[in-house]
Amino acid sequence: MPMANRISIVVVSGSLERLQMAAMVASVGAVSGDEVTVFLSMNALRHFTRGTGEPPAAEGPFGRSLQEKKGPGYRQLFQSAAELGDAKIHPCSMAVDVLGVGPGDLEPWVREPLGLTRFLSDAHGAQVWTF
Amino acid sequence: MAERIIIDARGSFCPGPLMELIARLKYGAVGEEFEVLSSDKGSANDIPEWLHKVGHEFLGTREEAGVWHIALRKTK
Repeated sequence: MPMANRISIVVVSGSLERLQMAAMVASVGAVSGDEVTVFLSMNALRHFTRGTGEPPAAEGPFGRSLQEKKGPGYRQLFQSAAELGDAKIHPCSMAVDVLGVGPGDLEPWVREPLGLTRFLSDAHGAQVWTF
Repeated sequence: MAERIIIDARGSFCPGPLMELIARLKYGAVGEEFEVLSSDKGSANDIPEWLHKVGHEFLGTREEAGVWHIALRKTK
């Protein structure tokens, strides 16, 4: 069996379009047999806390169109990536500290915080996508 | 012959129909046939591509009144 392709995704933006695109890449990659790791940091992380919260804002007309359409949202797609494709979704440990997010505050499919050194080590030789 | 299992993903956009298929396939038996209904043309192209990549059998696509019917058999 060929070795799985490895995909590392860095999500730093809190915009709807970028979160959605990151979730699309993570979910389709993960369910296609690729090993997917996601690193959530900066403005992205607060959009992964449990509960409804403030939805991510659209950064342009496409995002506004997206808000009116029926389809899987970014949270649902990341959850599918984790549950159907075994994607490993981690918050950045620095962002967790800055936001003051506790263990239980994030979506249940978000794993333990990961430091940048470990993420970079894991990403070595993988495709790296940044959103 | 057993009837195909219909996955109605009309109204959803990419990659929603693919995700609905995968979630359902997980609980299907090897040899079972499925038919995804999608109003999203991109998914009509993407789902056969995914089937080819992961190794399930693609049985064909037809379009009727703006709805694509993508048929497949679970092989593993």
